Amino acid sequence: MDQSTFSRPLGAEAAAMRLLSDREVAARLSRSRRDFLRDAAGVALGTTFLGSSHFLRGQTAFKKRKVVVITFGGGARDQETFAPEGQENIPYMLKELAPRSTFFTQVINNGILGHYVATASLATGVYETLNNFSAIPPEHPTVFEYFRKDLKRPPSDAWVVAPSNGFNRIGESECRSYGQGMGARVILPKHLLNAATSGSTTDYDHLLRDNYETPLYAPQIGGGEFELRQLETILKLSVDDFKAHARMASSPDELSVYIAKRLMKQESPSLLWITMHDIDIAHSGAYSLYIDAIRRTDRLCAEMWKAIESEPEYAGNTTLIILPDFGRDADQDPGGNGFQHHRTGDPASRTTWMMALGAGIKEGVICDRPLQSIDLIPSLGAMMGFSAAQSQGTPIKELR
Amino acid sequence: MLPSGLKAEKFAAYPPEARRLATANLQALQQLPLSFVPGLLRELIDYDFKFPTERDSIDRELINLRALSPKEIQSWFDEFSKLSLSSKLETFDWVNYPSQFVEQESAHLWTTHQLDSFRKAATNYGDRLRAVSPVVPLPMRRLGIAIIGQGVDKYEGQLFRNLRKHGTCFRQLNPENGLDQLLAAAAVRAKAHPVPYGHWYVDGGQPADHDPILTLVQYRALEPVRSALLTYMEKEIAHPGMGPEELRTRLARLLPSDLGMDKAGDTVLDRFQVRLFTEGSGTQIFSTAFTQWTARECLRRAQPLTLVVRYAPRQRQRPMNELLSSSHANGDLDPTESLIDGDMGGYYQWINQQRLPGSEQSSFLVWFEGHGEALAIGPSLPRGAESNSNIDLAKLLSLALS
Repeated sequence: MDQSTFSRPLGAEAAAMRLLSDREVAARLSRSRRDFLRDAAGVALGTTFLGSSHFLRGQTAFKKRKVVVITFGGGARDQETFAPEGQENIPYMLKELAPRSTFFTQVINNGILGHYVATASLATGVYETLNNFSAIPPEHPTVFEYFRKDLKRPPSDAWVVAPSNGFNRIGESECRSYGQGMGARVILPKHLLNAATSGSTTDYDHLLRDNYETPLYAPQIGGGEFELRQLETILKLSVDDFKAHARMASSPDELSVYIAKRLMKQESPSLLWITMHDIDIAHSGAYSLYIDAIRRTDRLCAEMWKAIESEPEYAGNTTLIILPDFGRDADQDPGGNGFQHHRTGDPASRTTWMMALGAGIKEGVICDRPLQSIDLIPSLGAMMGFSAAQSQGTPIKELR
Repeated sequence: MLPSGLKAEKFAAYPPEARRLATANLQALQQLPLSFVPGLLRELIDYDFKFPTERDSIDRELINLRALSPKEIQSWFDEFSKLSLSSKLETFDWVNYPSQFVEQESAHLWTTHQLDSFRKAATNYGDRLRAVSPVVPLPMRRLGIAIIGQGVDKYEGQLFRNLRKHGTCFRQLNPENGLDQLLAAAAVRAKAHPVPYGHWYVDGGQPADHDPILTLVQYRALEPVRSALLTYMEKEIAHPGMGPEELRTRLARLLPSDLGMDKAGDTVLDRFQVRLFTEGSGTQIFSTAFTQWTARECLRRAQPLTLVVRYAPRQRQRPMNELLSSSHANGDLDPTESLIDGDMGGYYQWINQQRLPGSEQSSFLVWFEGHGEALAIGPSLPRGAESNSNIDLAKLLSLALS
């Protein structure tokens, strides 16, 4: 087996790591993030906090509160982000967002590390086991269904902006008691662009990349995705204007953020979920492109926060959650090829972080106890007033 | 079928040497758990086309398995035996399609949350096997060389960042004839210890003049193979119902002759090169990804004594569909971004070299081609140090190997 010929420990440093259990390695990653944040961003540890966003509690508050979730479909590792050597890649998150956030240093994904299935797991609070490369709905109810059913919200109040065609079924599950008609509306900006340009995409090819994990896979679109005719009725955007903006966007994620901001302005959904995907270019093996994508994602996260602060419907009553869906393989793991993939299931590929800021969130707090990525959905339930009944996660007490 | 039901005739379709080995070790294989055996057969089925070091590894592993008592077998494979596999996997033809089985097993382990247990079992097995394997001294210190930044006139960023703490950074080298000097040194080593597949030169573009004693893999010459593969992939993708798993299975079955390689070539090396494209990710698109992956696979499989890897500029990023299209195979080049790719690739080359026997005595050198910047790692060179010596690459190599 490969393991027998190529799994020698790597010097003293790696040998020491090999002696640690996976849990200890995850904790070490967590401490590294915490120490760095404390030094670089002036963020405090534990329950100490610099300030707290004021937020009205009670039933009235639940009705007004909005949540925006940004996930990175294409995990980023510590050494390219929150470790000292990665700081140059995330200036916006580090200097602008982290000091205002509660930062969770150790979010562990114990599920399947494929982007669609992992995002589905994030959205349901259950480790889904669906085929990562099939355009099928999650088995368990999604956060959008809990939100809309429990709070009796209209379809326009929950939206997903997703980068890849494979994500078109992420909005609602196949669960009978929820399911069809109860989920989020899904916009696939690339699909929209393709429709707007009638398939003639010469000027827009750079925005139509799909699924770096298996770049040859592009599932047929089906289901209730956003239709082109709604461009004008919902986004109040002419096809020509959309095409003009698309021409200026440098990546699919830039296009996604543009659409998300447009949605915020026109529809003001209370629950908005954006999955970014540029970082997953790492699968191509070109390190420079991976770094470029991290820097772009960092900038786009800050852009989303600025939009939240400047939109009247969102300013002061919105919580922003940012998290990668998982990490990427460690350089030292012999079963992987470093940053390129997330196939080994090692602690580096399973352990990531989460940042929460805005309404109801204490500022400048670092939480380094281990959480699971499936804890997000019951936490959103606690924040917004719905019950994530089938979720297997535990509400995070810092997110209320 | 479970391994206990294995019979010699099951290996009838194996190539001659692989069949001989499998039948000779039938009794040992019958005692092993299903979660383990196909992984071993995946290596064994290609025995006839393996590098000498790979053959030695398989031989040693089988000798060890044969020597284990039933009680020891139970102890060695207890963790594998505890893994629960599906009946679908049990009925799969894992003898003739071990790679496909391993892929399906992997999916099953992920889905049933058993991957971590498998990972632990495999790591423990590898450690245990290594502990009982005899240490064979190398005839010479292992040497790795990474040459990066071809075509870059000036770079303001910091290079070799990941390697600095392991070696000495040189800032004012004399780069004149540096490439020739490094390749000449590699050839001298190959002539001193002419081990089959022991001394390699990998070039991500057009190779420089070099001694043919070196085993050469070059991206440029493989262009027709790459093109044929992309055409094949485009055609396969167009088939209704084609999914990523099926495509991967079909790619794994491709032989050098399927992609237009000369049947009279070096069958071992040709298969290796085809695998670089069919198993690597991004190798079909970016020369830097190809070069890094080739270095990794070369070290993992051939375990060379000398490996010179030269990165060349990759094509600029364009839409994925266009990059994958054989009709748009070559675009503008991006030397600066390729330098960044190569810098990380050099680090990975060193990591992979350090996994091999003799790592404490091995040497490594990474050079910014055409410039005075390099970093050298060797038993006698200080770590985390800098030097302003105005020596040439030949002299630097001597230092690294001293």
